Amino acid sequence: MLSRVADSLYWTTRYLERAEHTARLIDINMGLMLDRSRVSAERRWQRVLSAVGAAQGLGWNDDAAGMAGEPGRWVGVTALVHALCFDTTKHASITACIFAARENARQIRDEISTEQWQRLNGLFHEISRLRTAMPSERNLAEFLPTIIDGVHLFQGVTDTTLSHGEGWHVLRVGRYLERAWSITTLLDVYEREVFLGEDSDDAGEYLEWVGLLRICTAFEAFCRVHTSDLTHERILEFLLLDPDFPHSVRYAVDALHNALEAIQQHTRTQHGGELMRVAGRLKSTLAFAQIGEILAQEPVRYLRRILEQCREIHDLVYTVYIQYSVETALAV
Amino acid sequence: MTTVPVRGAFEHPLLRDYFMDAAFDEMFDGDGAIRPHYAALFHELTTLPPEEIRRRKQSADASFLMQGITFTVYGREEGTERIFPYDLIPRVVTGEEWDRIERGLTQRITALNLFLHDIYNDQKILAQGVVPREVVYTCQQFRRQMRGLRVPRNVYVAIAGTDLLRLNSGEFVVLEDNLRVPSGVSYMLTNRRIMKRTLPSLFRDYGVRPIDHYPQALLATLRSLAPEGRPEPTIVVLTPGVYNSAYFEHTWLARQMGVELVEGRDLVIHDNVVYMRTTAGLKRVDVIYRRVDDDFIDPLAFRGDSILGAAGLFNAYRAGNVTLANAFGTGVADDKALYAYVPAIIKYYLDEDPILNNVETYLLTDAKQREYVKQNLEKLVVKAVGESGGYGMLVGPQSSAAEREEFKRRIEADPRNYIAQPTLNFSRSPCLLEDGSIGPRHVDLRPYILFGDKVTIVPGGLTRVALRQGSLVVNSSQGGGSKDTWVLGTSQEAHAFASSR
Repeated sequence: MLSRVADSLYWTTRYLERAEHTARLIDINMGLMLDRSRVSAERRWQRVLSAVGAAQGLGWNDDAAGMAGEPGRWVGVTALVHALCFDTTKHASITACIFAARENARQIRDEISTEQWQRLNGLFHEISRLRTAMPSERNLAEFLPTIIDGVHLFQGVTDTTLSHGEGWHVLRVGRYLERAWSITTLLDVYEREVFLGEDSDDAGEYLEWVGLLRICTAFEAFCRVHTSDLTHERILEFLLLDPDFPHSVRYAVDALHNALEAIQQHTRTQHGGELMRVAGRLKSTLAFAQIGEILAQEPVRYLRRILEQCREIHDLVYTVYIQYSVETALAV
Repeated sequence: MTTVPVRGAFEHPLLRDYFMDAAFDEMFDGDGAIRPHYAALFHELTTLPPEEIRRRKQSADASFLMQGITFTVYGREEGTERIFPYDLIPRVVTGEEWDRIERGLTQRITALNLFLHDIYNDQKILAQGVVPREVVYTCQQFRRQMRGLRVPRNVYVAIAGTDLLRLNSGEFVVLEDNLRVPSGVSYMLTNRRIMKRTLPSLFRDYGVRPIDHYPQALLATLRSLAPEGRPEPTIVVLTPGVYNSAYFEHTWLARQMGVELVEGRDLVIHDNVVYMRTTAGLKRVDVIYRRVDDDFIDPLAFRGDSILGAAGLFNAYRAGNVTLANAFGTGVADDKALYAYVPAIIKYYLDEDPILNNVETYLLTDAKQREYVKQNLEKLVVKAVGESGGYGMLVGPQSSAAEREEFKRRIEADPRNYIAQPTLNFSRSPCLLEDGSIGPRHVDLRPYILFGDKVTIVPGGLTRVALRQGSLVVNSSQGGGSKDTWVLGTSQEAHAFASSR
């Protein structure tokens, strides 16, 4: 497979995964805002911005400043949410992600199945229609589920219409690397902002925890394992280390490792050693971790370490498969 | 021109707007009688209920849409991706007509390749004054870099698409040779696929000669041109990318041949060897069917600001490590001014008379001819020599006085850049109109020629239609459409076919 094609495949699913995650993040937080909450709107949305990696430097702070005064608060939040959904000048916005995913897919139109292209193209046109409307809650109530459904449908047709060969595995690498990254980032934000060990039986706190699980589509799955008896430890354990739940970090890393291994077999590359070492190490770290140990040390540091390794894997994917130097390639 | 009264067939309500004048009509002869090879088609069209025709047309349109058979129109801001307009009524060419076309095109491509070899090597034809040196040297497509360079099998033009017109007399003539990166072959083949589904029984009864083997023939041609010592060559199609108007065709051809579609950025040149960058490492490339113009293919050798090509490609080519089809510098042979010398070129190299004639052409570098052209602009068509696709041309009878003044200025400023031809009244073919009736529209014919170890011309081509009534411009970028071209067996074959059924 051409490296350029692999590059586009990888980013198609990365962007889609990101769009879906951000959509759920906004959807859940919009819902939480309706309840009486100790958390000020400003802190809540600052948290959302941190979770999408846009806390600083992307020009959101101007919008956030508008939220400070009580009378202007709601306007500020609406504007911010609207920007998070529709502003194509902001890389983290959902629309920007979908547009980027479609552009990547368009470049390799004949490498993916017609069904995949039609799903993605349909999503693109649906969004183009919705984003022209005036900002309103109803508009968002239509937009966010459209994104989530659209991405799910794309994943469905990907699995049922595309050959499960090298390209399919590259799509999985993009999806699961993004998932591991975004769930870990989210946990990192909650570790610093929400799980501060205060009175945990507080109803407001409880809502926030349910919110976290919902963002990861994990509430029902969590209850089936632990009942709705939420504790910091159990939530973190479930989202970080559960081997079976598809939105846990461990599951995502396992799937990522699996896909990378398959690609290595397909390409028979001689240069994949370091990549497989780093991916394998991350996989084992999670497989053999214990929540007690993680909490006893600094959980934030543990999460940051995972993020670093994800970034390392991304870089190595590029050096091994996409942007390798001519000298290394010829040195075999 | 007077309209000929037509008997019989024109009484049919479908033909209520049909008309004929001096132009050759593909379906009716001069007396308004149906030409024999159109009789079965005409019968089918007039006996199918109108709603059935409409239904088939809709289903054909939907099929084009679903397959994403689109092209891009330059110079328009919105809606630049469009379906190629398609006409349901095939154009029928008899076996005898085709035989002449095939021989004529073979003769022409052979002579033009000899010409290219000569001007990039010994230049005998220039030394003997058959073609003036200045016509070659002033051509922007003449590539000095190609001088003395060895080309596999001496084939410079491996893939050509030649535009033919049919004059009032019924004779096919060559309007222009496209020897650089001719496009449209994917439309020829997809038209055929859809046509087989639209009029299946008629198609079978006609015994239409097949064209579906074009991709294999193209692959065989490319393989035959591989550098020496590469018995299992890796072949790729090089595209400028997704924004090119013919991108659909590039992906389609790559897929049909089962080869990789690459962009310039996928290629790496190391030690004068071309590689493509794959996830499994660098893979050597031996033959490139390039759909990128000379100017853009190598920023080191040609335009430095090009990001479409691959740096160092020309050196690899010069070293003989990779074959490009077509070679560099073939544009000198389809220059519109050089075109006037093609009959002489055929005579010079093959000692034969041209089987397919040229259209009369005025060279504007010649003072006398230039003066004539300037006085008679309203009767002539003026074309820029380097342009194609219907851009940069003046159609005299349909131009305004201001446009003619503008062209006079341009011609004075740069006479070498323009040629003029009489406004041709070329043939019309019946087409299905918007309102469901049948009317005549001007058509041309572009057959595709492959030249590797042998010349292959699949029997057929792209018949382009000027869909607007009265229009003489068939280019897709100017609102033209296309239709399937049915080449029949020769009458002997047809007879054998009929008796075997």
